[in-house]
Amino acid sequence: MRVRSRELPWFAGAILIALVLTAVFAPYLAPQSPTEGDITQKLIPPFGMEGGEAGHPLGTDRFGRDVLSRVIYGSRISLIVSLLAIGLSGTFGTALGLISGYRGGLTDSLLMRCADIGLSLPTILIAVVLVAVSEPSFQNVVLVISFLLWPRFARQIRGETLAVKEQDFVALAVVAGRSSTWIISRHIFPNVVPTLLVISTLQVGYVILLEGTLSFLGVGVPPPNPAWGLMIAEGRGFLATAWWITLFPGLAMLLTVLAVNLMGDWLRDHLDPKLRQVGSRAEAEPATIEPVPEARPRGAAAGADGG
Amino acid sequence: MATPPLLVVEDLKTHFFTRRGVTKAVDGVSFTLHAGETMALVGESGCGKSVTCLSLVRLVPEPAGRIVAGRVLLEGEDLLTKSPGEMRRVRGKKIAMVLQDPMTSLNPALTIGTQVSEVVRLHQKLRGAALRERVLSALRRLRISAADRRLVQYPHQFSGGMRQRVSSAIGLSCEPRLLIADEPTTSLDVTIQAQYLELLKEVQAAAGVAIILVTHDFGIVAAIADRVAVMYAGRIVEMGTTLEVFNNPSHPYTRSLLRCLPDAGLGRQKLVEIGGQPPDLSRLPAGCPFAPRCPERQAICLEQSPPTVSVGNGHLAECWATKPVSSPGSP
Repeated sequence: MRVRSRELPWFAGAILIALVLTAVFAPYLAPQSPTEGDITQKLIPPFGMEGGEAGHPLGTDRFGRDVLSRVIYGSRISLIVSLLAIGLSGTFGTALGLISGYRGGLTDSLLMRCADIGLSLPTILIAVVLVAVSEPSFQNVVLVISFLLWPRFARQIRGETLAVKEQDFVALAVVAGRSSTWIISRHIFPNVVPTLLVISTLQVGYVILLEGTLSFLGVGVPPPNPAWGLMIAEGRGFLATAWWITLFPGLAMLLTVLAVNLMGDWLRDHLDPKLRQVGSRAEAEPATIEPVPEARPRGAAAGADGG
Repeated sequence: MATPPLLVVEDLKTHFFTRRGVTKAVDGVSFTLHAGETMALVGESGCGKSVTCLSLVRLVPEPAGRIVAGRVLLEGEDLLTKSPGEMRRVRGKKIAMVLQDPMTSLNPALTIGTQVSEVVRLHQKLRGAALRERVLSALRRLRISAADRRLVQYPHQFSGGMRQRVSSAIGLSCEPRLLIADEPTTSLDVTIQAQYLELLKEVQAAAGVAIILVTHDFGIVAAIADRVAVMYAGRIVEMGTTLEVFNNPSHPYTRSLLRCLPDAGLGRQKLVEIGGQPPDLSRLPAGCPFAPRCPERQAICLEQSPPTVSVGNGHLAECWATKPVSSPGSP
């Protein structure tokens, strides 16, 4: 098996930081308004090409709106949608997963069958139907994505809960007279947080893509909001003549999803103690280097054992 | 004895209902325990020791396992008829537990200080400096060195022996009346084992807590227990004071177990194993469950359950071959 490096993925990290900064400071970074264009300035190619203008570094779309500004503002939509959707479905899914795993029995069966149904729904179809029957709006996009996402959290957290609750400290907490609520929140939840972090991160990419898809299909965040998916859809008709309208939001989406997934992978490797062991051993130099410095912290703790 | 016993267990039966049938993990266990007393529960793996302990605190894994009969009287109150809420108040306050594996008996996500103080706070309603003092003294009592510095550390920074002491400190911190120790020394080094048992005895003498010690190590029994109950196939087949049981083992199973032990200082010796396996608890044979492996088997052993025979001074054995001794006190 190939051993993954534990090094923080700098490339992905840099992109993510840049993305967050872009989203936060969008009004200061964007050279133009993302929603208002000058129709006389339409379909200007990116700067550096024939007919390009310095005022529109990435060109303009068919309404004369600045593509760079729209991509910059689009990061806000992608990030806020994914944060809200993951926050919502993560909270909901985690709570249900904890209850399901800890209670077991009928509760578990019912909740997990609901999750199974949720997972078996054809994502795009349901998303389109749900958004189409309601008014396409920012709020509805978040709700629909959360609805599609919660079973993933619930299932994973349930599995983790099953493993944690078999540990002796849970039995001892029961013997100590603790209520189920206390045990779940105080003993089980902290132990599933690493898993929760990893799933959340890995879902960000999925949510961004899903949001893009919804926007592309015209059931996402309504125009004239500069959602990346919407921009791609709008540019589709001009692909042969004005490819920049489609390319740059697509590139932004690609880089974001790639960076988030790399980060999620790293986080998973980093937080999983078993993989961590493998990683540190693989990183250690060959046998010529004495393993003492690495072994010392543990040995010291055992040695200080005064009894 | 003049004082009423702390714990009376009467005809406790815990069965597991599985697809393969009913597994009688605990099948009619009775014993009494006085405050400050240590009783050892010994026997092979799978003979119901741990399930007996779990039944006492009503932690039998449901829905497969169920306590189907019996009474567990702690200070005169029947624990088996208590509501879950009442039971919660009894646990921790009156009963504490120490389990076999110190690696999983502490929550890896919380610091030692948090884990100890939460239990203390729950049962003693202390706050602030008083709470901290109480936590420190609980840890110091179990000889955790530099306890104040250790409070902010996590379980993985402790050795196995220390973790076992920490989890005992947690158990003992709310001054329970009864400590159930399910093989507390199994995963410790022999040297640490001795230290730990020594410590347990000290704390017991100071606090007057009664201990039920599950083990399969007769060395530990000899070192710490006042009384021994030997379990086989879900029943207590012999029970008596440690001295009596060691000097005058009255059940063939106990004799066989003792023959499995090496004696220190006798040079080379042959150890005698017990042939065969403990019986499948879901298909117990008629008669005495030990009969198929028993070296002293008689015809009747395979047909009828053996009677409980008193061999003097509270020393009981369940066996056809054992001769009853009517006059109490004679060895």
